[in-house]
Formats: sequence, C-alpha cells, structure tokens
Amino acid sequence: MTVLPRQRPLRRLRRAYFGSVWSAALTLFSLAVIGGIGWWLLDWAFLQATFDPNGTRETCALNEGACWSVIAARWRVILFGIYPFEEQWRPALACIVVAVVIFLSCLPAMWSFRRLSAVWTLGTALFYILMRGGVFGLTFVNEQQWGGLPLTLFIFVATGIIGMPMAIALALMRRSELPVISKLSGLFIDTVRSLPLLSILFTFAIVLPFVLPGFLIGEKLYRVVVGAALFFAVYQAEIIRGGFQGVPRGQEEAAKALGLTYGQRMFRVILPQAFRLALPATINQFVIAFMETTLVVVVGFVELLSAGNTAYTTGEWKFAYAEVLVFVAAIYFVFVFGLSRYGAYLEARMSAGQSRD
Amino acid sequence: MHAPALWHSRRFRAALIQTAFAATLVLVVAFATLTAQRNLSEMGLTSGFAFLWKSTGWEMNFTLLPTDSTSPYWWFLLMGLMNTLFMGAIGLTGATALGLAVGLMRSGRNPAARLLGTIYIEIFRNIPLIVQLFFWYALANALPPPREAITFGGALISSRGIYLPTLALSQGATAAVVLALVAGTALALWFALSRRFRRLEQPARRRLTLAPLLLALLAAALIVVTGHAPGTPWLSNPVAEGLRINGGLRLQPEVYTLAIAITTFGAAYVGEIVRGGFKAVGRGQTEAAQALGLSPWQQFSRIRMPLAFRAMLPILINQYVWLIKATTLGIAVGFSEFFMVIASSINHSGQTLEFIAILMGGFLAINLTLAAVLNRLNRAIALKGHQTGGAA
Repeated sequence: MTVLPRQRPLRRLRRAYFGSVWSAALTLFSLAVIGGIGWWLLDWAFLQATFDPNGTRETCALNEGACWSVIAARWRVILFGIYPFEEQWRPALACIVVAVVIFLSCLPAMWSFRRLSAVWTLGTALFYILMRGGVFGLTFVNEQQWGGLPLTLFIFVATGIIGMPMAIALALMRRSELPVISKLSGLFIDTVRSLPLLSILFTFAIVLPFVLPGFLIGEKLYRVVVGAALFFAVYQAEIIRGGFQGVPRGQEEAAKALGLTYGQRMFRVILPQAFRLALPATINQFVIAFMETTLVVVVGFVELLSAGNTAYTTGEWKFAYAEVLVFVAAIYFVFVFGLSRYGAYLEARMSAGQSRD
Repeated sequence: MHAPALWHSRRFRAALIQTAFAATLVLVVAFATLTAQRNLSEMGLTSGFAFLWKSTGWEMNFTLLPTDSTSPYWWFLLMGLMNTLFMGAIGLTGATALGLAVGLMRSGRNPAARLLGTIYIEIFRNIPLIVQLFFWYALANALPPPREAITFGGALISSRGIYLPTLALSQGATAAVVLALVAGTALALWFALSRRFRRLEQPARRRLTLAPLLLALLAAALIVVTGHAPGTPWLSNPVAEGLRINGGLRLQPEVYTLAIAITTFGAAYVGEIVRGGFKAVGRGQTEAAQALGLSPWQQFSRIRMPLAFRAMLPILINQYVWLIKATTLGIAVGFSEFFMVIASSINHSGQTLEFIAILMGGFLAINLTLAAVLNRLNRAIALKGHQTGGAA
C-alpha cells in the first residue's frame, strides 16, 4: 500500500464535490433542488405565513404563505375527532399513556416477557378505561365517538397486542413437525400475505357479520382491529420464522437432551433467541403497522387522517387543505421516524460485535 | 391397559392432534358457511355465480376499454383487474426508475447527492402512503377550474384533469394500438434475452428480435389509419368550451394522483433496497475491477450493477407485491381498480361471499404470478457455483 500525501481540507472538499464534470453537475443539481425546494418551503411555512391564532380566511388571504390559523381553530377536531368536547382531556391523557408504554418498551431493561406484558396490559387497561368510561365516575363514551389520534393509537396498540401472540402461534405451527398443521398454517400465512390489507379490513368490517353467529359479531371497531392484527400476525410470523432459522440447531437438541418439555424448549430457549435475531425486522413491522392504521379511513373510521380531512372539508377552511395535511403528516412523521431511527440504532448496537468489515 | 400405552405412542398422539386440528377447521368453516347461507337467504339472496352475466346498472369512472352501465358484472371485474394491472405497471415502472436514481445517489461518493437522496427517502418513507395520496389529490382538485385552465404546450391543466393532445381514435382503437406495441416489445425482449434462443447465430437472432417490433409498429400504423374517420383531423387537441374541456386525452385526477403517490412512495423503498444491494457488493470485486483497468462506467455496468442486482432482487420481489396491493388505495380517491369494483358490486348486488371469493382469487392470481415470474428470473440470474466473501 502506498502512502498518500495528506490532502488539505479545501482540496478534499473540492475533490468530493467537484471531482469530475459529472460530479460537479450532480453537486449543482442536488444543491439547486435542495436549496430551491427548501427555500420555497421555508418561505411558505414561516416567512410569509399567518400565525395569528384568531385568524380567518380573510386575514390569511393577506399573506402569500401558509395559514396556520386553521390549526389553532381546528386542532381539537383533528386530534380528537368527534369525541365529546368537555371530555377531551381523557383522550389526551390516554394518548400520553400510550406514548409512555411505547417509550418503556423501547428500554432494554424492560425486555422480559413478564415486564413487557405487564406494561402493555396495564397501559391498555388504563387507555380503555379513560376512553370508554362508564366506571370511576367517568361518563360512558361509545366507541363510535372515538376519533383522531387516540383512535389511531388504539388500533396500533391493539393490533400489536392481539397480533403478537397470533404471530407466535402461527410461527410455531408452521415450524411444527406434524405435517397437517405445518402445511395448513403455511397455506394460511401465504394466502393472507398475498391479499391487500384493505380487502381484509373490508371483509372484517362488512362481510363478517354475515358469517358469524350473532353473539360473536361485536362492535365494528373490534372486528377491524382483529383483521389488522391478523394481517400483522402473518407478516410477523414469517419474521419470527426467519429468527428461528438463525438459532443454531444444537440449542434445541441440548434442550431436548436436558429433558425440557416442548413449552420450556420454545419459551425459555428458542423463542428468546429467535426474537433477538428478528428484532430489527420486528420493529420495522411495527412501523409498517403504525402507518397502515390509516387504512381504516376506508371502512369509515375517523382516525387522525380522516379527522384531519373533516377539519378542512367543512366550509370556511376549504382553502387550507395543505396546512392541515402537513400538520397530520408531521404527527405521523414524528412517530414513524422516531420508531425507525430507534430500529436502526438497535440494529447497529446488536451487530456491533459481529461486523464483518 | 392398552389406552395409556397408546397415549404414550408418539405416532398416535401426532395423528390424534392433527385429526383434531383438521376437524376443528372443517367444523368452523362449515358453521360459517351455514350461518352465511341462512343470513343471506333471509335477505332473499340466492348464492351462485349466475349474477355475473347480469348488467350492473352503474358506471365505472375509468376503464381501458369501452364500458357502460349495461355491461355485465364479469366485464366490470375484468376492467377492474385491468385497471389494477395498469396502475401496477405504471407504479412499479415509475418506482423502479425513480428508486434506482435515488438509491444510486445515496450510494455514490458525492455528498450533495447523498444528502438529496437521504432527504427524499426520509420524507417519503416515513409518511403513510394514503396521507400522501390525499395530499396529491387535494392539490389536483385545487387546480383552476376548466374555464381558467392553465395551458402548457398543447396540454390543458385543470381541476377536472390534465388534457393532452392525442391521435383522433376511439378508445378501443387506442387500446388496440397500445396492446400491439406492448406485445411486440415483450416478444422482442423474450427473443433477445431468453436462453431458449441462445443457440441461434447472432444475425439470425437479431432478425428474430427485430421482426416482432416491426410487425407491432406495422399493426399499430394499420389500426391508426383504419380507425381514423376520413375527413377529420388526425390529432385531437383539447379545447376549453364553457364549463368543460372537449377533445384530447383526459388524465383524471384519480388516476394520475394515485400513480404519483405509488411512484414516489415506492421509490423511497426501492431506493433503500438499491442502496442495500450496492452495499452487499464485496469490496474485493470493485478493487479487482479497478486493478484490471476497467473504466468507472465499466466497473459500474459490468461488475457492481449485476452483482448488486442479484443481491436486491429477492427483496424487490416482496416490494413489488406490496406495491401491487397498494393500488387498492384507489378506492380512497375513486379510482375504480379491482377492489373498488368488488366493493361497489357488493353494495349494488349483495352477493357478498361470491365477490369476496373473486377478490381473493384475483389477488392470489396476480401476486402468485408476479412472484413466480420474478422468482424464476431470480433463479435464472443466480450466480452458479460457490460464492465467498461479501458478495455472497
């Protein structure tokens, strides 16, 4: 290997950005796009925008840029939908509960089966009591009046809680030594995976009442959540299966030799290791599940996106669609970006000891 | 005395568990079917697929072939399926092209381009597709009304859609032209790439490749000439007349916003897959290419790209299947793809179970075909022999 002469910083920069004609053209193009769109956005969102919380259509029309007054005027509709106005501290508190639960489950100190299930069960119960009421002096609020961010979070959390055990069961069944069970569950997983989530939500919301006996039909919200959980489960089952494949064979053989039962082998030896291997993909799947909660719009729920739509489609704020959608998109972005950064961090942390380069 | 021994037999237990499992499944399905039949007969509906030949009585807002409310259900379903494939083809092609560009920017050496690629991916990947779709759709609807349409070249841009100048042909003739060109190109590609024709001499193979292209062009020209009404202009230009725009080819907001949304969202994912593919190319391969004195373009097109492509194809297959399924979002803006046709048909006819069965069958067929074709391609290009190092 030859020793290269040390380059001065300026020359290094020039080499990186303008090393050849192509590179120079690419640099100019990229900077022009970033600068142009960036400046235009800055101008629209801040420099020329109206921030007056009591602004109206008329005062906003005086400025060229965004009209953030619409958020000040309609934020409660966007965040809480048609939940009774005086009771809206409850969904706000419920959202905080969910945020705390998600934050806690991201801490490695909480990663044991018992702690995670305790936190999630407690969090869900608290969320449910706050939202639905009917006990502890809270007035009863029907599920059909739930809306906005808490509904989004409820669908997400319930999808995870119901979907995860289903996923484990499906993954174990597919891995089973009994051919009938492994073939049938494999067929089931592959079929559901090739269907669009929308068609599954639609089936559960509208078609299932025909097929089920009366006492099993239940509220539409719960049926849709079960549909979303099923879809989550088939994908997560394949991720867990990928984890199983990474667990060395000797582990199971050793566990068998020690005389552990099937349950002990799976839940004490194989699954913890498989989950560890599948962790990055699992977090990715949760990110996807969060984004896909938006699809319930189509079967008529007023979750965050749909509540945002109602905030600008009614009357005076019709012109401010971009502001509302940017606000809604920003909320999704914060959740999704945070979760996926966390996933990338975990992946880097876990592969730190086994890097091949 | 025999029972405990039997119970301790591994094979007996296995058989028992499997029989119980299968029996439970059969019972659940049978019970659900019976309940459904009772419920449907109470509503006065007869099951069976005879309704497929009845006319629908409603309209589809976008079809590739002429369709109206007297067309039967099977024709509507076929048109919906074609719309899904049409949108899927546009979305997959667009997402692949844009994603390749973004992924290359992200894996190149230029920091400015890397930054642009990163910003693009982080924005488009972290906002749900349907939010982006609503944004584009709201934007399209906020364009000026037809009376004040923006003129751009020969095209008119308005809230009712984008109108492009086009050949003066009927919808069926246009479809036939497109079909001829697509079939010709596909045949030519097959002749050019398939191993089946490897034995042919180079000139013979080139002739075989060019023949379908020329034939397709000839057929297209023939359709254009015969389909054209004599004495009328060859081109149809969009003209604003009062409250509406006549003539030209109308791109409906539902169609192009969905295409934009799927393309831009899909490109962010494809971009990441492309970057991962290039990261998987072993350093030694690039260094060997440099040592051999290949030019940067040769290094890219002969060494890194083919290796990266092999690494990304299996993940791309999953992404493509996902994108095809994402066309069902058309129902949110009113683009009548397969799922929306099914949902409207259920509303109008009440033949719920039959349509759900068709829906499942349709998507299974689309996705299994796509996966089978791509998996075959994957096997065909897989490197033969032993692979070591980072590229494996």
